[in-house]
Amino acid sequence: MHRSSEVKHVASYLNTRGCECFGQPCESHCPVLTDRTIHVQLKTFIKIRVKPDRTGVVTDGVKHSMNPFCEIAVEEAIKLKEKKLVKEVVAVSCGPQQVQETIRTALAMGADRGIHVEVSGKDYETLGPLQVSKIFAALAKKEQADLIILGKQAIDDDCNQTGQMTAALLDWPQGTFASEMTLEADKLKVVREVDGGLETIKIKLPAVVTADLRLNTPRYATLPNIMKAKKKKIANVKPADLGVDVCSRLEVLKVDEPPQRQAGVKVETVDDLVGKLKEAGRV
Amino acid sequence: MSDVCGSLSRSRAAVRRLCSRAAAEAHHDVIRPAFPPLQSFSEEESMMRDAVKKFAQERIAPFVSKMDEDSVMDADVISALFEQGLMGIEIGAEYGGTGSSFFSSILVIEELAKVDPSVSVLCDIQNTLINTLLMNLGTEEQKQLYLPRLASDTVGSFCLSESESGSDAFSLKTKAEKHKDYYSINGSKMWISNAEHAGVFLVMANAEPAAGYRGITCFIVDRDTDGLHIGRKENKLGLRASSTCPLTFDSMKVHEKNILGKVGHGYKYAIGMLNGGRIGIAAQMLGLAQGCFDHTVPYTRQRMQFGKRIFDFQGMQHQIAHVATQLEAARLLTYNAARLKEAGRSFIKEACMAKYFSAEVAALTASKCIEWMGGVGFTKDYPIEKYYRDCKIGTIYEGTTNIQLSTMAKMIDQEYDG
Repeated sequence: MHRSSEVKHVASYLNTRGCECFGQPCESHCPVLTDRTIHVQLKTFIKIRVKPDRTGVVTDGVKHSMNPFCEIAVEEAIKLKEKKLVKEVVAVSCGPQQVQETIRTALAMGADRGIHVEVSGKDYETLGPLQVSKIFAALAKKEQADLIILGKQAIDDDCNQTGQMTAALLDWPQGTFASEMTLEADKLKVVREVDGGLETIKIKLPAVVTADLRLNTPRYATLPNIMKAKKKKIANVKPADLGVDVCSRLEVLKVDEPPQRQAGVKVETVDDLVGKLKEAGRV
Repeated sequence: MSDVCGSLSRSRAAVRRLCSRAAAEAHHDVIRPAFPPLQSFSEEESMMRDAVKKFAQERIAPFVSKMDEDSVMDADVISALFEQGLMGIEIGAEYGGTGSSFFSSILVIEELAKVDPSVSVLCDIQNTLINTLLMNLGTEEQKQLYLPRLASDTVGSFCLSESESGSDAFSLKTKAEKHKDYYSINGSKMWISNAEHAGVFLVMANAEPAAGYRGITCFIVDRDTDGLHIGRKENKLGLRASSTCPLTFDSMKVHEKNILGKVGHGYKYAIGMLNGGRIGIAAQMLGLAQGCFDHTVPYTRQRMQFGKRIFDFQGMQHQIAHVATQLEAARLLTYNAARLKEAGRSFIKEACMAKYFSAEVAALTASKCIEWMGGVGFTKDYPIEKYYRDCKIGTIYEGTTNIQLSTMAKMIDQEYDG
């Protein structure tokens, strides 16, 4: 694919699934996927409830907002545009009608236009990283994107898969967990936060980057920008139009709340303590 | 008032038309709400409110306590308000403003007041008083000169009250003497909000004392004008971060091109603008009450006594439900008055009702919240006592409760003139 030294446009994928944190970064309060059972951690002021049929958590009536890592992704894209390194920023989100509000927020932050990929009802409930990355890969080809920036993971399912899968489907390089990114001609220098510290890599464009917490501090949508966003366009697209099948390859068997905390046991002496620990098989 | 009756019969007719249409449609199983509920917002209004809510929590909340204690508005907070476009909400984009509506201003004022009523009043005065006057009455030259500044970095103050004239506003004594192409203004003002930070002052002075109140004229005065002295701010019970200062005018020279509107029409402008400003204060009091309530209820759900949450005691539940109802009523009065104004319909009585009621509800809510919090409610470690101190001004400024009630009574009297 021919590309000029100036990046044509950046697409930011926005996740709007069930974040109940009103846009605040929250470290550990949303469902975590482990071996097919979802452990739900309760936040002090927002209660996440498991549905009575145990197929998932209750999302009706819960306020949804832009995933915090996606906010950071949008911010980074807009910063690139402000530095004139990028021509156009397109904000994309997959989901039902409500996601338009999230796309508008991205427009209010400074994105140029939006794309709403309509997925609703049962399809939406089972929409996961694989289908989303397929949609995204198809869009990237259609829009001839040069750079895709996503949040590293959604804070409701913590999958941390969409960015990586998208890159693989497109056969593009990826810079994940980015805490810093610099555009140098047609290469991207990405500083990644890894377990051992920081890793710096250089990848060729087109590429996929996923944003980590320290990449930037997202700006507020100022009121004048919210007004300007009204005039920006949001295109509607269906997965079928992109040739993507959103049928899920996963079946959720069961969703449970975490086990209730058991009461502790008080002991009198150190010997008692060791005895109890041995009994419980901990020592 | 014939205006009120006219609009009443017009709306009755509208309802009749809608009902017959609705009846016809019901026949075809079409369900369409005739009028949306008052708590309905356009997408733009919702987005603005959410943006301000987040902004207030992150950029204002951390400073509230210190600003109150020091009785100083943080300069960063003021510039953040400008950055966010909150100081020029209704100013058109062509003047560098946000280009939104009156109702958006109301929502912004309410959201800010939930976090800090002092910051809210700064924003309220700017939008509902200063900007409105300039937008409605300014010459193109005046608008070009002042609106962009008001939208981007200049705080405005409105100067009407004096030591001897509060409710009796039009007996003001500040005089403006005409000389060729300028006026020499002598007198003083009291209780001027925002004065510490204001870059521009709208001063009401009498240019023709012989004509009584029909001589009152509105002058646009820049802060650096010779003869303008800003006095030491008051040491207040509440709204302490909002500066309230006396002003003195010592042969202050103001060019006649700085007259806003027409000579002698100032009294009309003041009344007109204060009608809308009233709704702004209603929104401020509403936000104050809601913010206080939102801090308190979670506490009652956590605090345990006698083996259960204090929220679970019936006495508490009844009180909390009662206050919540008052809050809802205040909200509906305020929103409806705002929507009436936007619709170009008569709204003066409703605006008075909203301001009067919201101020009362704010006082009730703050008082009850301290009680529900118990001992901790009485300490400065918790934010509740600040709301209690802040709410009292609601029944006093921008038209005392008694003035609101008298105005309402006058209008009710006229309604029955037939």
